[in-house]
Amino acid sequence: MDKPLLSVENVAVDLPTPRGNLRAVDRVNLALGPGETLGVVGESGCGKTMLSRAILQLLPKKAKLTGRVMFDGQDLVSLDREALRKLRGRSLAVVFQDPMTSLNPVLTIGTQLIETLQEHLELDLAAARKRSVELLAAVGIPAPEQRLTQYPHQLSGGMRQRVAIAIALSCEPKLLIADEPTTALDVTIQAQILDLLAREQRRRHMAMILITHDLGVVAGRTDEVAVMYAGRVVERAPTPALFKKMRMPYTEALLAAIPKLDAAPHTTLPAISGRPPDPTRPIKGCSFSPRCRYAVARCHGEKPELTEAETPAHQYACFHPIEMPLARSA
Amino acid sequence: MATLELTLDEELQAQPVKRGRKLGLLFWAAIGWMTLVFTVAIFANVLPLPSPTDMDMLERRAPFSAQHWLGTDGLGRDELSRLIHGARISLVVGLCAPIIGLVFGGALGMLAGYFRGRFETLVVGSMDVLLAFPPLILVLAVIAFVGQSILNLTLILGVLSIPASMRVARAATLTLSRREFVIAAQALGASHARILLRELLPNVMLPLFAFFLLGVAVIIVVEGALSFLGLGVPPPISSWGSMIGEGRESLDIAPRLAFLPAAAMFLTVLSFNLVGDALRALTDPRQGAL
Repeated sequence: MDKPLLSVENVAVDLPTPRGNLRAVDRVNLALGPGETLGVVGESGCGKTMLSRAILQLLPKKAKLTGRVMFDGQDLVSLDREALRKLRGRSLAVVFQDPMTSLNPVLTIGTQLIETLQEHLELDLAAARKRSVELLAAVGIPAPEQRLTQYPHQLSGGMRQRVAIAIALSCEPKLLIADEPTTALDVTIQAQILDLLAREQRRRHMAMILITHDLGVVAGRTDEVAVMYAGRVVERAPTPALFKKMRMPYTEALLAAIPKLDAAPHTTLPAISGRPPDPTRPIKGCSFSPRCRYAVARCHGEKPELTEAETPAHQYACFHPIEMPLARSA
Repeated sequence: MATLELTLDEELQAQPVKRGRKLGLLFWAAIGWMTLVFTVAIFANVLPLPSPTDMDMLERRAPFSAQHWLGTDGLGRDELSRLIHGARISLVVGLCAPIIGLVFGGALGMLAGYFRGRFETLVVGSMDVLLAFPPLILVLAVIAFVGQSILNLTLILGVLSIPASMRVARAATLTLSRREFVIAAQALGASHARILLRELLPNVMLPLFAFFLLGVAVIIVVEGALSFLGLGVPPPISSWGSMIGEGRESLDIAPRLAFLPAAAMFLTVLSFNLVGDALRALTDPRQGAL
């Protein structure tokens, strides 16, 4: 990667809550080149969504952001409202988790698509309409002409997500953030949507951040993976390297928690015991130590920093990384 | 096979008709009554009616006749003509005052619910002050000060209907602006104005419009009450409320003089409520899951 399209430098997000300061994202560093895919993996509440909102500068009003988000040579954090507004949708786009709520229920699909196109590309109505039909066809929606006059509630969940993707792709963004795009959909549709995203990404040479809680989703579809836990990136590696040799016990536990088709019936799923730490009360040592089966005294007293493994691209934050390649049957 | 397909097609095409029938007889009766009231009110000057203010002292409280279809009142004025001219007042005040409330209250409520912060505190606080004032006393005081006229009456009733509309609009905006589609719109680079007008307004409009029709019904009644008290439109202009008030004096000899305008008001208010309910149920695209 010569010059990254997006680089997140030391970004931290603090949210004031009645119970004290909540550090949702803790000193995260990421980089992403044009046309590349980065997978961000972690369980609920680990700061994945906050990180995506930090990149978009769409944090809640009270949130405090420190660090830099460089996108295409500009620091998004110091950019003014108007410049940001022009960038969003045009160069930066998002697909949200739940297509039930990310589309406006009282506007037709056509209105939502056409207005986005008119706003950013300054097309006239006929041209915007023509392009909307092309976009809907491109995301695999049958009879796109008729869909334009339909309301979101008249479409199925998978269809709605396709529409949301069409809206996100409408202005040819350079970076697409897909925030758990398949979580609200059933399994057969999930694969279709992910394939669609991958296909459109290749075709448009667009960079993508794929946020998910499912390591299985990122396995075949990303160039690099960042595993997040309690607001921090705990392991970061090129995808093949990560799955060949994961070093962080949390990554291992996440992978082990995926149900396997070849497991015998009634096998207990090796879920990660305990809960993530309370983000308003930061713990002294490694934040995964209370749930880690390899934890020793040092893990509870000292926080490991993100360090490089044998290759500079593979980084992890652990004092006792797993040395052995993971056995698939674990 | 061909016949089977044909019957299926017919059934499919029959669906929209069924939907129309679902509105029910009551809805169409209400629409019919409203159309009638609006038509006669608009064309009151063109219709071949006796003047509503011409007195005929020889024919006081005359019964129904070919000359006076609904008889005459205590001063010998044509009752039908007075009813129709009274409808104009009730409709003008009843529609314009809630529109003032809808426009100003809706705008303030949406801005307060969307931007929050100090602006919201200010708006909600001042509206609470307005709500805390006894409305009838306020109307009495203002009318006594600025004088009786249709314009003054409409304005003061309009101002009084702002707080309720503001609250409806703000409540709807508060819940809606936390929905993901608003963040999605921001992520697409929409400005505040665009989000308010194109994303939120169509959603807020639904509850606000249903509330508006209810407001029309309430204002017609309030205007009637004020006219009954002699604070509505100045005499000799007729209004349903003032007609009920005048009819009260002859309840024992000619009860129809009070009951005819009361029935007109009752039917009109009922029609507005019925139509409002039916339209809201019909145009709400958020049925089911959403």
